Amino acid sequence: MVNNFDIKVNDYMIEMQNVKKTYPNGVTALNGIDINIDAGEFVYLVGQSGAGKSTFTKLIFREEVASSGEIRVNGEDLIKMKWRQVPFLRRSIGVVYQDFKLLPKMTVFENVAFALEVVEESPKHIRKRVMDVLDQVGLKNKARFIPDELSGGEQQRVAIARAIANYPKLLIADEPTGNLDPDTSWGIMKLLEEINATGTTIIMATHSKEIVNTVRRRVIAIEGGLVVRDQQRGEYGYEA
Amino acid sequence: MRLRTVKRHFREGLKNSWRNSWMTLASIAAVTTTLILVGTFIALLMNINHIAQSIEEDVEIKVYIDLTATEESIDELGERISTITNVQNVTFSSRDDELQNLISSMGEQGSVWDTFMQDNPLLDAYVVEAINPQDTMEIAAEIEDFNGVDYVNYGQEVVEALFAFNNFARNIGLILIAALLFTAIFLISNTIKITIFARRKEIEIMKLVGATNWFIRWPFFVEGLLLGVLGSIIPIALLAAIYNFLIGSAAINQFDFIQILPFNPFIWQLGGLILLIGAGIGVWGSVMSVRKFLKV
Repeated sequence: MVNNFDIKVNDYMIEMQNVKKTYPNGVTALNGIDINIDAGEFVYLVGQSGAGKSTFTKLIFREEVASSGEIRVNGEDLIKMKWRQVPFLRRSIGVVYQDFKLLPKMTVFENVAFALEVVEESPKHIRKRVMDVLDQVGLKNKARFIPDELSGGEQQRVAIARAIANYPKLLIADEPTGNLDPDTSWGIMKLLEEINATGTTIIMATHSKEIVNTVRRRVIAIEGGLVVRDQQRGEYGYEA
Repeated sequence: MRLRTVKRHFREGLKNSWRNSWMTLASIAAVTTTLILVGTFIALLMNINHIAQSIEEDVEIKVYIDLTATEESIDELGERISTITNVQNVTFSSRDDELQNLISSMGEQGSVWDTFMQDNPLLDAYVVEAINPQDTMEIAAEIEDFNGVDYVNYGQEVVEALFAFNNFARNIGLILIAALLFTAIFLISNTIKITIFARRKEIEIMKLVGATNWFIRWPFFVEGLLLGVLGSIIPIALLAAIYNFLIGSAAINQFDFIQILPFNPFIWQLGGLILLIGAGIGVWGSVMSVRKFLKV
């Protein structure tokens, strides 16, 4: 007798099979991506602007839906997922952007608390959790500041604090150091590595050759909508 | 939804309205104007309807019986009429009754008819009332073909004109009300669009961190509700005051055949209706304008 419950579906955090994405305007951004990413991995996503990196991350976050193929994130089938289930997927994924996306009129504390209010946590829990993550990113003493009073690096730390506040299993960082000077970038990298060390899977799209070549991790290079290279402890570069 | 979430949505909704206080005020003014007009139309329509109904209720069909009809066939005719569906009741009125009615309806001048007492030129008649006054014409047409009927009279021109006017007033009123409501919804949805526009970054981030659509929608829902409800206060008060004045005024009371609806409960119904319409357009306007910001 076959016991279906014994069949393991997968161990992967992200699983893509022949994923294609064509936008309504006819542009094909991804042209058959096959990739598996294990839970707890740290992956660099490299490629020229327009190669399909952004589409790749948008598909994982379900900001876009693939035109064909299969995508599973943390075991969830993103192709079959209904729109009203998307918010719950996003609660298990943190996102960090190049432009931080902080709310300028809110304090650092409020910006981070925002992510927890949305998921209807209790005020008591929110207060504690926000101070904990601010401590983790080294900004506990700046909780009452507004974003404009902080440096770029500090603002990105606030964004990271917001992204991890909800204990995500997966963190997507889209060029997190794109607007930062090299010294500040290293600080952010160190922070991301620490977060990765706690078991959070990290996918980081980047153009920084220096970071990729120094902190050696798995590198997925995308070019023309295809994975041209997938290499453990790889180097920067778009070529196969 | 948890209580603190409900509180949060109300707090946010109020904060939004306060932050855009000029737009809020403009929308409330627009809703107020619209609702005064809509309320006036509704009050007029309800009263026209009421007056028309009370006149319609008095409409009756007179079936004049052929002179040559025997007593037996007269009874038979009465039976036949009463079996028509939609006929409420049938009463026999003899030619002498008819003459009496005629004379008394003429008042003092009626005495000239007294000479006819000896040789009554009128006919026996059946007085027929329809269950639904709108069916009067149909019933009259049916009776006209019966045996022993000389002719049928129900004040054709008056009744038809009355029904036509009533339907006309109702249709025009409804079209105007619909147009006004549409305008108000449009104005509210524009106001909310401005507050949404000011907060679209916030909405974007809310979506990124996994807020459900309803979580995002609620504060705007509250804001629309607030605009609608605040906008209905002045119209209700104003219409109540005007109606109260009209009811007491001599101009209306001099026609005793026109009976307008009594202040109580009419004004409560009208007020409730205006409040509901206000809240409805507020909520509809806001939800409509949030919709397109919720994609992705």
